[in-house]
Amino acid sequence: MQRRKFIGKAALASLASIVGADIVYGSKMSPNYIPLALQDPDPFKMFNKDKDMVVLNDKPWNMEAQAHLLDDRVTPNKYIFVRNNGLIPEEIDVKNWTLTIDGESVKQKKTYTLEELKSKFKQHTYQLTLECGGNGRSEFDPPAKGNQWTIGAVYCASWTGVRLRDVLEDVGIKDDAVYFGYHAADIHLSRDPSKEPISRGAPMAKALQDETILAFKMNGEDIPLTHGYPLRVIAGGWPASVSGKWLQRISIRNIVHDGTKMTGTAYRVPCKPVAPGEKVADEDMCIIESMPVKSLITYPKSGATISKGKKLNIRGHAWAGELEVAKMEYSIDFGSTWKTCKLEKPVNRLAWQHFSAEVDFPQEGYYEVWAKATDSNGFAQPMLLPGWNPKGYLNNACHRIAVKIA
Amino acid sequence: MKEGNHDKLKHEFQGFYRILVLSCVIVALFSVAMIYLMVDPDLSSFKSTEPNTEMVSVPVEEDDDYDKVENGIHVRTGFIEAPGMMETVQNCTNCHSAKLVMQNRMNKERWKTTIKWMQETQNLWDLGENEDVIINYLVTNYPPKKKGRREVLTDIDWYELKD
Repeated sequence: MQRRKFIGKAALASLASIVGADIVYGSKMSPNYIPLALQDPDPFKMFNKDKDMVVLNDKPWNMEAQAHLLDDRVTPNKYIFVRNNGLIPEEIDVKNWTLTIDGESVKQKKTYTLEELKSKFKQHTYQLTLECGGNGRSEFDPPAKGNQWTIGAVYCASWTGVRLRDVLEDVGIKDDAVYFGYHAADIHLSRDPSKEPISRGAPMAKALQDETILAFKMNGEDIPLTHGYPLRVIAGGWPASVSGKWLQRISIRNIVHDGTKMTGTAYRVPCKPVAPGEKVADEDMCIIESMPVKSLITYPKSGATISKGKKLNIRGHAWAGELEVAKMEYSIDFGSTWKTCKLEKPVNRLAWQHFSAEVDFPQEGYYEVWAKATDSNGFAQPMLLPGWNPKGYLNNACHRIAVKIA
Repeated sequence: MKEGNHDKLKHEFQGFYRILVLSCVIVALFSVAMIYLMVDPDLSSFKSTEPNTEMVSVPVEEDDDYDKVENGIHVRTGFIEAPGMMETVQNCTNCHSAKLVMQNRMNKERWKTTIKWMQETQNLWDLGENEDVIINYLVTNYPPKKKGRREVLTDIDWYELKD
């Protein structure tokens, strides 16, 4: 430990030489604060994550949960997946942090300090489901490019902030507004300052929803650094990439926002269904909006062995993008028969819903418990993989766990 | 002018000069102190930092090889040791992790497209002759796996569920 401190000080000096500049306010740095570039490469410590989280990528950091880790009704930070497109901002000056609203469709450009945002507008707290558009990508065949998420890139935390709508009303928006796009403080992997790692957004209708907020708290505390401290957009039910972290600027556009990862094939699926492996031209790819209906069995952990005659209590969560989950079922015979689960209403719109059931097994042997959610429009999760797409998005196939009756 | 008066004046002037020098020295010392405080408000240079810099000997392998390979795996990146590995390490792990390369299973054509995309949008340089070397390394050592429409559950960690 002592040695590490010593290294820290020496490294601070060498970092200054690498960066080619003095570390501004270096003398005012808290003795416990070590710049991110020098931090312990142990991501579990660095991001306060549980040791059972799975690291998919360390540059940029990408880490996912496992189904049984997501058992809490409101997901605590330690089980929340990390999806970074670039490098985490290295200097965050909260006192001077501002949010600027600009773009072709604002009546005037306006800048707010964090304090102004907090004091000027009413604060709201919602539980909102955020799922990575590529959650489940690992199952596609032929394989799709990108981080190979299995099932753990989803969570539902409690977010506190101000409505984007209230801020936009204060700024004044022109009638020709089409889309909002965010700009943030993260750094491109190539460290080219002219490039943004990601700059996405959503149509104005999503921007103006009650639950679309500019959040400064997660689960009642400051947002953790890797999840967007000190300010981020939260747009529940849509690919989590719409919920921009380390938010500095929102542009109100008179066109569909054309920032990084809005164009080409990013967060897009073929407008018309295609055969597995088929080539799709960029212009035939459509932007993903609401995420599809999906569910997870979070208890018990897959692999449970129970004795004959005992009932098994299962539970989990279900969500349906912009919609509500209307029905939840389970099957222990690979979909031949389905039984209904108890399903709770969401605590607020766009929060995941909790389900539970008591399962009886007819005899000893190997079983799989499959879970299937149906949304309020009557669309259910498929048991097989849904339509193949080049980037491997929107896999909402049923989740299952293995159970043995001995 | 009388001699006595002249001496007196000289004496007074010397006294005035001494006060002037003394006040200059005081002002200079004060300025140095203030400037120091601006630079180091915590007076940290005067605090003992000796205990923090106590050196503890840590075993460092003298022959620590940056590109060490153990059991056929390149330790630093996790890549499989095979022809083309170093070209892949040198060209593909500067911006992103080797983990991203290994988890993506693609054929030659899709790797070519991906490299082109990285060159057009992500500041990847021209790989020259290394491009084929790298692609061959990747498709040989990390080939696509057939998964079908849904895989069977594998690696199940069986445990007894107690209630």
